Amino acid sequence: MTRVLLSGNEAVAQGAWEAGAEVGVGYPGTPSTQALEHFATLPDVYAEWAPNEKVALEVAIGVSLAGGRSFTTMKHVGLNVAADPLFTLAYTGVNGGLVIFVADDPGIHSSQNEQDSRNYAAFAHIPMLEPADPSEAHEMGAYAFGLSERFDTPVLIRSTVRLSHAKSMVATGRCRDVRERPPYKKDIGKWVMMPGMARARRVELDARIACLAEYAEDSPLNQVELRDFGLGVVCAGVSYLHAREALPDASTFKLGMAYPLPAKALKAFAEKAERLIVIEEADDFLARSLRSLGILIEAVEAPRAGELSPGLIRQALGIGAPTLRDAPSIALPPRPPLLCPGCPHRPVFAALRKTRAVVTGDIGCYTLGTLAPLSAMDACIDMGASVGMAHGIALAGGVGKQPVVAVIGDSTFAHSGITGLVNSVYNSGSAETIVILDNRITAMTGHQGNPVNGITLQERESCELGLEQLAKAVGVGRVRVVDSQDIPAVEAALKEEIAAPELSVIVFKAPCALLLREKRGPYAVDAEQCAGCNICVRLGCPAIGRDEGSGRAYIDESVCVGCGQCEQVCRFSAIVLPSAAPSSATSYTTGGAQ
Amino acid sequence: MTPTTIMLCGVGGQGTILAADLLAKAAAASGYEVKLSEIHGMAQRGGSVDTVVRFGEAVYSPMTDIGMVDHLVGFEVIETLRRIQFVRPGGRLLVNRRLIPPLPVLTGDTLCPQGVEEALAQEGAEFIDADALARESGSAKSANVVLIGALSLGLPFDKEVWHEVIAARVPQKTVDANIKAFGLGRQACTKGVGQP
Repeated sequence: MTRVLLSGNEAVAQGAWEAGAEVGVGYPGTPSTQALEHFATLPDVYAEWAPNEKVALEVAIGVSLAGGRSFTTMKHVGLNVAADPLFTLAYTGVNGGLVIFVADDPGIHSSQNEQDSRNYAAFAHIPMLEPADPSEAHEMGAYAFGLSERFDTPVLIRSTVRLSHAKSMVATGRCRDVRERPPYKKDIGKWVMMPGMARARRVELDARIACLAEYAEDSPLNQVELRDFGLGVVCAGVSYLHAREALPDASTFKLGMAYPLPAKALKAFAEKAERLIVIEEADDFLARSLRSLGILIEAVEAPRAGELSPGLIRQALGIGAPTLRDAPSIALPPRPPLLCPGCPHRPVFAALRKTRAVVTGDIGCYTLGTLAPLSAMDACIDMGASVGMAHGIALAGGVGKQPVVAVIGDSTFAHSGITGLVNSVYNSGSAETIVILDNRITAMTGHQGNPVNGITLQERESCELGLEQLAKAVGVGRVRVVDSQDIPAVEAALKEEIAAPELSVIVFKAPCALLLREKRGPYAVDAEQCAGCNICVRLGCPAIGRDEGSGRAYIDESVCVGCGQCEQVCRFSAIVLPSAAPSSATSYTTGGAQ
Repeated sequence: MTPTTIMLCGVGGQGTILAADLLAKAAAASGYEVKLSEIHGMAQRGGSVDTVVRFGEAVYSPMTDIGMVDHLVGFEVIETLRRIQFVRPGGRLLVNRRLIPPLPVLTGDTLCPQGVEEALAQEGAEFIDADALARESGSAKSANVVLIGALSLGLPFDKEVWHEVIAARVPQKTVDANIKAFGLGRQACTKGVGQP
């Protein structure tokens, strides 16, 4: 055994590997991404990024059907996408063990909403494990596979940001479980969910959950820690750690399995404690479950929205607050995230702002085009929504005289923009413009490959999905590919396609600035030429500022990557390359998962 | 022993994640239990970020609360002042003398706040010019390691442990520069030049 510092994501993948998981498949999404990335680095595994979570789960089901053990990873909103196969998979059960790792984002650090995935466990009738720290994630990552095969069920493992992106020491180095696969046996009663078969499986599903609830009564997954009987706390996952920190003397019933619950053991614990409370983050899932078992719990007034912390628990229970320093007396400006310096797709947003279009946006870096000064996005809901929403706005007769434009990234388009485009073309009659910003990578989650760039997780041979050919193949008449760094070309393309009386697709193509290998510049502002017109500042580049005194622009040379967009927009030739710039075009790395 | 809580804060891209990793590894190598919690994703794109490292004989929560931080290491002054209430009275405040204007300031929509350094000095901040020391070390990107060097004097880990952890974690080509950056940060604090 060796002890290494691992994140919850890495640890759960390590556990899955030790259990003999041979195929890993998922879609990147913060905070889940590093689970599959870590799995892919382990020996004798096959791992792939699927275009979306639904496909990922379906691939995993195929592996299981054939008798292999499969490990699937996604973020909370990804589980929505995978929900269709998930609910029926609960009916069929598995052949080889199948474990779905889902990472929630309470506090909405990098998501569009805050969901509590535990509800899916109860909704779909699938057992869910909730590790509290990386060490437990490692144990449960392995344990879940045995549970899956023993009870003929998929198993969900739920994480949150404070597990996925928390690190602590984990004892690794166990041997890998390389047992014989269960044989494939054709069994239509189990695997073909037509009504007649599904009805029978539904009954079996209820029986299985009853068995699991019985198993939970003395499962090592659930741990009762008796300390002071004055206060008993029922908790699971990271909330257990917060509770231990805030209430060190309280007795705890730590649920390692949030669904199904051990009713008898919980009732016995409740009888011992003078006061019983539930400490949990996000929804009141456990509190509702305990109440439905007839267990009386005292209400805790902790906020449901956002993340829980030991301090919030102390506050909710009226335990003394720490002494604080005074709040700063200076008003501090907010620091929203922004598009990187040199982002090659910044000119598209700057040009869109000028068109005064109503812009439906999508998930990924490009959501950052919403914020001032670009201010070029009107809505963002979920992966792929931009395309369907733009069609809908056009069907509603538009918004005043504003043109309608959808903006979507390459990976997001492959994830779920394609079906929207098929719909818009099939139900022709709207003339919106679909803009695909192809930066050759899945950037926001840390540079993963995707079908558009043809880079695979384990660097196997692949091919690029041709966006232009695809758009033409589904029937789009007007398709063009434009270099997003060529500002006049960007403006002209948008102007022409917005004016066109039919649906059109523009693929703006230029690799993510973070793939830059050689940087030009940095640029500088020639103060004598600068008229203080602010046009370069309105690009929203973090390298360009407006001097408060003179009103002229300045460039922070430590931030500038030399993309030259500001030089292109400047009408006074005030932005210059002071050093003799290399004349060769900027070169890029080929990308690849980091 | 009550756990020690350290918060590292700054702007996405400044290297708080690597710094926290070094810190956690040094704590683990010194025999402590350690927990680290960081934020990835959107905030990392030039946004306001913080990472928490806690170590001690037993550590439960990976998170911290206002009034509970023993050492706040600020990579940037506005972000440090934003989190001033996290530092317990008497806690250590170690700040890189650097201001990165947020976008609303760059675009002229908001004025740059005045007196940020002075406000931090009033709270007892020790200042260090980590970016200049990083350039001196030969690796302009190692301001994060300079700050860890400065922090190291207040922590119960041996210098050798730090050196081992740094050598194992940074790219091979940059080991010497990073060890030098660490030393410069540590030295700056020994000399007390960082005092306001």
